[in-house]
Amino acid sequence: MLAEKYGDRIEAAFAKYPDKRSAVMPLLYIAQEEYGWVSPEAIEEVAGLCEMDPTQVKSIAGFYTMYSEKPKGKYWLHVCTDLPCALKGADEFYQELKDYLGVDEGGTTEDGMFTVEHVMCLAACDKAPMLQCNFHYVENLDMEKIKQKIDEWRAAAKKDE
Amino acid sequence: MEHILLRARDIPNIHKFDVYKAHGGYDALKAAVKMKPDEVIDEVKASGLRGRGGAGFPTGVKWSFIPKNEPVKYVAVNADESETGTFKDREIMETNPHQLIEGAMICAYAIQATAVYIYLRGEFWDIAHELDKCIAEAQKEGFIGDNVLGTGWDCPMYTHLGAGAYICGEESALLESLEGKLGQPRVRPPFPAQKGGGLYGEATVVNNVETLTNVPWIINNGADKFKAIGTEESAGTKIFCVSGHVQKPGNYELPMGTTFRELLYDHAGGPPDGREFKGILPSGGSGPIVPATDEVLDTPLSYEDMQKIGTILGSASVIVMDDTVDMTWVASKVTKFFKHESCGKCTPCREGTYWLDKVIDRILAGEGKPSDIQLIDNVAKNMAGVTLCALGDFAANPIIHTIKNFPDDFNQHVQPAE
Repeated sequence: MLAEKYGDRIEAAFAKYPDKRSAVMPLLYIAQEEYGWVSPEAIEEVAGLCEMDPTQVKSIAGFYTMYSEKPKGKYWLHVCTDLPCALKGADEFYQELKDYLGVDEGGTTEDGMFTVEHVMCLAACDKAPMLQCNFHYVENLDMEKIKQKIDEWRAAAKKDE
Repeated sequence: MEHILLRARDIPNIHKFDVYKAHGGYDALKAAVKMKPDEVIDEVKASGLRGRGGAGFPTGVKWSFIPKNEPVKYVAVNADESETGTFKDREIMETNPHQLIEGAMICAYAIQATAVYIYLRGEFWDIAHELDKCIAEAQKEGFIGDNVLGTGWDCPMYTHLGAGAYICGEESALLESLEGKLGQPRVRPPFPAQKGGGLYGEATVVNNVETLTNVPWIINNGADKFKAIGTEESAGTKIFCVSGHVQKPGNYELPMGTTFRELLYDHAGGPPDGREFKGILPSGGSGPIVPATDEVLDTPLSYEDMQKIGTILGSASVIVMDDTVDMTWVASKVTKFFKHESCGKCTPCREGTYWLDKVIDRILAGEGKPSDIQLIDNVAKNMAGVTLCALGDFAANPIIHTIKNFPDDFNQHVQPAE
């Protein structure tokens, strides 16, 4: 249960706003961190905490693209293929990355490690090609560099087990 | 000249509280709270500072709209930076965060706000957590929170992370999102600065990161000194985000009125070897594209001069295309962006972006007819000006202006008329 495990963070979120509903976005992030995605159970929990209808919480989770309504891999690779990055070869980079990992757009590798998606501008246009891995910037990429990072992430995941 | 905003380029480690303070940090806030709130507003008005988020509205005038006698008022800092090609607010927050915080507190004092919210796009996850630490440091020294600098005025500051929606950079959608709702624009009036139009229905100033980061410099150096930089109608410096086909992409903080030629050749190093500039998007995806003619290259980058060449300064996210680029492909990329980012509230934008994308895909696949070009032009023209926010106009721009300025790029894809 989120309320027990993340009591302090939830209270800190509520303390920011005069209205409980405003905490729905920070709480959805906490739920996603705990479950790996925004599951129907997570929606119910967040709705209870924010005193909202679960349908309202679900609409928030659906509207904002950084909440995932289906399970994903351990690492989410969000590759920018918007115009400035594309002018620097991001479309080709994205295709090569998908080929290397053996997945299609939005797909997850068989070992459950990586989910790959293309996204819109991430405010890193001068460092293209680039991506975010679980919301952290990884910039000035080419295939050689990303293969190295992928090895590092795989190794880090093994260590966690 | 020394940077006003990107000061980390002159002073290493200015992101650290102690270094910032050692270089006059928070002196402007100390000076401001000794002034009457209205005097602070007048100083910012006199400086000629205009909103750096894109619209260019005079900042001091915006502050002066806030009613004086309301008990609850807010400042919302727009750190949603999501316009294609824009990466300036990110650098400010990463390398000079305390100057933003100080500017936001001066604004809060000027309107006697009861709280400040910094709304960051969700992808600025790490930046938000660093900002939280900066806020805590400043609060410990009495610059934020209860009884700010012994004035008896209370004003906490909080960060709030969005979660992936371009539209939340639109001020009324940003406020909806802060309230825990879908980020969709509101019907105006009432405007955010009015009772009933702002956050939780209270009067609210919404200002961009770059705008507020200018404010401490204005208080420290005076409005006249700020107004002396730039052009008649565009005071101060501007951070130009240069991306695409240049040798040295990056942020360049330069006086307003710098020409495209100086920006793109002297600072950004010119086009890749052996190539020439073909087209420029001066304000990310949302402003009209212009051809890289001599006339355009010699145009000063200011609010007033950009209008003369049929485009806007906007957020000054300058995306540059060289002569290898097919502008139909550019129009398609930008259209896909707006199709993805349309919030779905207004029919012309929601449906228009969908159909524009579908027809341009058809044209790019070589299956288009000459009438398809008129069709998308017509669809785009029927989206502009008929939606609650400017996204409808933004989405129409890449179509209307690419067809106008680069007709051959479109015509080459369609079968000749019989």
